[in-house]
Amino acid sequence: MEKSRDSLKAAGVRPVAISIDSPEESRNLAQDQGYTFTILSDPNAEVIRRYDLVHAGAGESGKDIARPAEFLIDSTGTVRWVNLTENYMVRARPDQVLDAAKSIK
Amino acid sequence: MKVGRFNWPLWVGLLLTLAGGFSFLLVFVWIPATRDFPWANLLIFLVAAVLLFVGIRRGFASDRRRPTLSKIVTSLVALFSFAFIALFIFSVFVFSRWLPPSTGAPHVGQKAPEFTLKDTTGRDVTLTQLLSEPVDGTPPKSVLLVFYRGYW
Repeated sequence: MEKSRDSLKAAGVRPVAISIDSPEESRNLAQDQGYTFTILSDPNAEVIRRYDLVHAGAGESGKDIARPAEFLIDSTGTVRWVNLTENYMVRARPDQVLDAAKSIK
Repeated sequence: MKVGRFNWPLWVGLLLTLAGGFSFLLVFVWIPATRDFPWANLLIFLVAAVLLFVGIRRGFASDRRRPTLSKIVTSLVALFSFAFIALFIFSVFVFSRWLPPSTGAPHVGQKAPEFTLKDTTGRDVTLTQLLSEPVDGTPPKSVLLVFYRGYW
């Protein structure tokens, strides 16, 4: 995601990452990896549950975590593109996101 | 076949098996083309399997210097290698697909549920803010929410 930062920015896309990691863990990750996008912390998986993305018991010591998923949301708050992978090794490619983003005025 | 010769196909087969597995974690997983479908690793495993079969034939040949020891070592190495390959294929093709259905996830055209979460500085951030707050002076046209498993 960091690599496609410029093309996402050019398309007016603000990338936001969400996981159950604490703000501290995410801050360390961002520092280590040089990430500049927003990383949000959902430690009790409340928002992950609201989006029906809970992968129950799949985390460390049986914690509920998020299954990988991507949503592109326009400025009115409407979902314009969704990627729910069927295999957690296979993630969305930047060009898929960019194609969807370009259709948003 | 000469007596007591070093059974290189067996050991190279073992090394290739390990290389095929670990190279996926270290190298190929970072390249989308080989992560989505690990063809490079399957190719390495194929070569490894051929070498292992040659190694098994050699190890079980009647002219080994110490036939019993040779058979035991050959069996163990081959068994380990094939178990490793099977585990790799299982994790990549089967285990990683064990995901919940998520039928209630927001669909295209629906409103994305509002949320408030803390960012890395501990500040509360809402989806509305993310959609409206400018990035470097210009408001974003869209927000890409990326849910991920987390680094633990």
